[in-house]
Formats: sequence, structure tokens, C-alpha cells
Amino acid sequence: MLLEMAADAFGDRVAFVDPVADSSITYAELLAAARTAAQAVHDSGAERLAMLDVSNLAIPVGLFAAGWADVPYVPLNYRLTEAEIDALLERITPAYLVTDITHLTAFGERQGVAFTSRGDFLGMARGGGGGDDYRSMDPDSVGVLLFTSGTTGAPKAAVLRHKHLVSYIFNSVEFGAADEDDAALVCVPPYHVAGIGAVLSSVYSGRRVVQLANFSPEAWIEIARTERITTAFVVPTMLARIVHALEGQESAHMPHLQSLSYGGGKMPLAVIERAMQLFPDTDFTNAYGLTETSSTITVLGPDEHRAAAGSEDEAVRRRLQSAGVPLPGIEIEVRDDEGRALPTGERGEIYVRGDQVSGEYEGRGSTVGADGWFPTRDAGYLDEEGYLFLEGRADDVIVRGGENMSPGEIEDVLLEHGAVEDAAVVGVPSVEWGEAVVSAVVLKATATQTELQDWVKQHLRSSRVPERIEFWQELPYNETGKLLRRVVKERLDTD
Amino acid sequence: MTSLSAGKRLKSAVCSTEIMVIAAPDGDVEITCGGSPMGDGATNGGAVDPGHAEGTAIGKRYVNADGSLEVLCVKAGEGSLAADGDALAVKDAKKLPKTD
Repeated sequence: MLLEMAADAFGDRVAFVDPVADSSITYAELLAAARTAAQAVHDSGAERLAMLDVSNLAIPVGLFAAGWADVPYVPLNYRLTEAEIDALLERITPAYLVTDITHLTAFGERQGVAFTSRGDFLGMARGGGGGDDYRSMDPDSVGVLLFTSGTTGAPKAAVLRHKHLVSYIFNSVEFGAADEDDAALVCVPPYHVAGIGAVLSSVYSGRRVVQLANFSPEAWIEIARTERITTAFVVPTMLARIVHALEGQESAHMPHLQSLSYGGGKMPLAVIERAMQLFPDTDFTNAYGLTETSSTITVLGPDEHRAAAGSEDEAVRRRLQSAGVPLPGIEIEVRDDEGRALPTGERGEIYVRGDQVSGEYEGRGSTVGADGWFPTRDAGYLDEEGYLFLEGRADDVIVRGGENMSPGEIEDVLLEHGAVEDAAVVGVPSVEWGEAVVSAVVLKATATQTELQDWVKQHLRSSRVPERIEFWQELPYNETGKLLRRVVKERLDTD
Repeated sequence: MTSLSAGKRLKSAVCSTEIMVIAAPDGDVEITCGGSPMGDGATNGGAVDPGHAEGTAIGKRYVNADGSLEVLCVKAGEGSLAADGDALAVKDAKKLPKTD
């Protein structure tokens, strides 16, 4: 329906551009291709349309074709090992799988999976007659099945129904709001919820999307300039690398870049402050969301970024580290372990309610309570003005001698030390305390364990001082910039 | 008269207008377009009532006076929308930050 509207209102506009393949597709062509592909998927008898590929024109065709064929769209992580991909494929058969040549060769024949190469799929879709003219979409049908990154165990499949996705778009995007020359640069992988959100919101707003298949800061900067990009989304590690690549320059020289939003992990204060200097004309937005909530639920907008950066008031400046305020149609509550709402300023688990919230996993049902609230497993608190501050996952909370502490708070203090480049704090089993606070630190100048312990002691209660600090070359992150705490914990625990 | 729920699609019987219900009040509501009740797409052979001919615009949201009913125009047409006889008004566009 979103695409039908776009094709109806601005069919001749370019919808997606793949600079690597030097090809593009208009909104009218995209609708025709999606309808044709939907017919092929339907005829194959597949019950899922899976996509194992980097960003390219087949991604939006597949997403909308799945909707048209009324089968879930399942984007898979192409960085997984063959065994991991096999395990996921087994869970989604009978499936119609679109993939690149490398994966096509690697996987060959699999029971219940109809394989098609990206090229053949696009050729078929763009060469066809357009398929059925009208098919009504059931709001309760599953639109997207997304395997979560599984930083703590086997991947879960989050179920997003059409009603959740459409609700997210209606709450966050105004139809046709984009100007004729607006262009979005999409560099998040298509299997990430932000990748799905980028496709849907760009289509609904009528923007031209330029796809960047394999992120590198150099390629991002080059395309942003040559394609005169007006809006982009990055995860924190990407922005850190872009800022690093621009170091030594006075500005990024991108006056056309009106807005740059970021999310998907914790943004270091130094990175966002430097980015705001390098992109003085750009509006920055921090977007916080989860796969289970159909992407963004809270935003820290451009005005708040500027107010925070220029402020002498510590409380206002701290807001640069906040996830912002809820989107229209979203409610946020912070609760304690017993599920009771906590007052302002107190730390607990973040709960969210709204039409875009799914909270459902395949085979496990919904985790949304009878009252409509979904427990995010993220920890945080709300300040007096209703700004949300995140403090890692609820499961990351360290319980030392009966005292709960958030690793994020200790990490923030360590990061403020001049010699510290990066820091992770975790709890490891301790006979004396139940859990002991330990830390892994990446240095950019010399410092000793004692120095850093004294530094923490000056800023926080002594119970929060890491018993042991190890110095590492780097911390383990996944490809979208999430710290792999489980890995940090395992390494620190075995010593 | 029909009971409406969010997500319900309705078509005009006298022009090309199509809408989707975003929010609906409890109970029965009759939504008309061009002066004729909207339904599943069957045309009634009639024409747009000149009193209901201001047209609909794609992507615009329309609301009733108390805001309990909100619909989204997904296909434009010549008729204009009303609920239980009262004309629906265009809801102002929201200013939203770009999040992705």
C-alpha cells in the first residue's frame, strides 16, 4: 500500500540507485517489478521470501514483492557462517531465496529452498507484466521476520506484522514530504531493522535512496558528495570512522547534507561533539529503537543537539547522551524488577507501548503484557523533562554484594579519563561478592590500573571501582557496533 | 452503517477515492465520499454530489471534529469525505525529524 501510494503520486521519480551496479529504478517501475516478482514467489509455493545479500535493487523489490504475495520477508545476515545460515534456512522453509552468486555457489541445493540469483531475480521482476492489479493486505499478516543479532545466544526471529510497520511509518513520516532533489544514503545492512525502516520511510516520503553495499568511511564520504545526499543514517561506529577519516579537515564540506541521524548503539560523546563541528549545517538526530518495536521509538532532535552542545548547564549538556523523547503514539515507562513503575530519575527496565510495538517472536508468542506494555530488556531512566537515558541491557546489570550497578555508568567515567580510548565493564562470578566488577580498557596514552581505579573512586562510590582492569588492543563489537559483552565477560572470567 | 477498525480499507462508490482507517470511535459510523457511502469498491452508478465535491488528496489525513475518527487517503478522487453527515477536515502535517 505504501508503494502503491508512492507510485501513484510520484511514479516517475527515481526510487533507488545502486551506484556499484550503475542502475536505478523509479517508483512506478518498482511497483511493477514487485508485483511481477510476487507472482513468481506465489507460483513457487514458497511460504517465505528470504534475502541473503548486500544492499542492491533486489532488496526493495523483494520486500514489496513479499508483501504483495502475502508471505513474510526474511532478510538474512550474509556475514554469518555457512553453518549458521543453514540453521536459519532450515527454520524458514519452504522458502524462495534471492542471493548473490557467491552464496548461490556455496549453498547449491537445499531441501525446500528455491534459489534465485540477484541478477535473475531482477531480470525476471523488471521484465514482467506486473502481475495482479489489486491485492488487499491483511494488517495482521506477517510482513517481516527478522533474526535478532543474538549477542547473548541463538538468534530469535522477531515477528513484525504489517500493522506494526505501517503504524511506524504513519507515526514518523509525512507522505510525499521529500523534495524532488532529496536523496538518502542508506549504508546499514538490509537485515537490520534500520535497513527495513530506511526503505519504507524513504518510499513513503518520496526520497531517492542511494544504496551503499559495503560501508567504508571513504566510500560514504565520496558518495555523499557526488550524489549530493541530503539525509543519512549511520550506526555509532560508522560515524566514528567517518569523523576519523575527516580528521585534520576544518569541515566535511557537505552543505547539502541536511540531516544525519544515528542509532543502534551507544554514541561516544567525543564522536558526536566532533561530528557536529565537522558538519555545522547538518541537523543531527539520535534515534533509539529495537527490532521488536519496528525501529525507532524515541528521538533526540536537532534543536536539542544544538542546545546541549552550546550549554554551560551540565544537565542540558548531558542530554547529548540521551535517547530523547518518545515518537507520537509511543509511551515509555521505567519499571523495577517487580514490574512497578519507577519515579523520575530512578534506574530500571524500559517498557514501551504503542501500535508499532510487536514484541513477538516466532515460536515463542508475544512478550507484550495484557496491559500492552513490552519489556525491552534495556535499562535506563527518565529525567525531569522526560528525556530517556539508556544504560545498557537489563541483563548487563552487575549485582555486587546485593548492590545493583549499571556497567554504563562506570564505563562513562573511565571514558572521561584522558588516556582511555574505549572501556567495557562487566560482572564476573566472585565467591566473596556474588559478582565482582572488572573492566577491559583500550588505552590511547599511558595509564596504570591504579591510576584508573583512583579516577573511578574520585567520581563514584568505591563499590563501583573495578577490582581488576585489563588493557586490550581493542574491544569486541559486532558489525553494527554493539559491544559483545558476553565475549568480554568470557575473556575476563577465564583469567 | 458499519463498525470501523484501524487498518480497514474503504473505496468511494462514485469516484476514485480510497481511504484507510487510522483511528475509529466505538460504535457505528457511516463514512461517505462524494455524498455516497464508501464500501468495498462497488460503484453505485451515481455521480459525485456537488455539495461533496472538494476532492481528496493522496497521503493526507482527514479527521472529524472531536478527532475520534482519523482516515488516510491512499488514492485521490473528486469527492470529499464526511462521517455521519459531517465533513471531515484535513489534519495538519506533523513536523517530524528524519529518523532513518
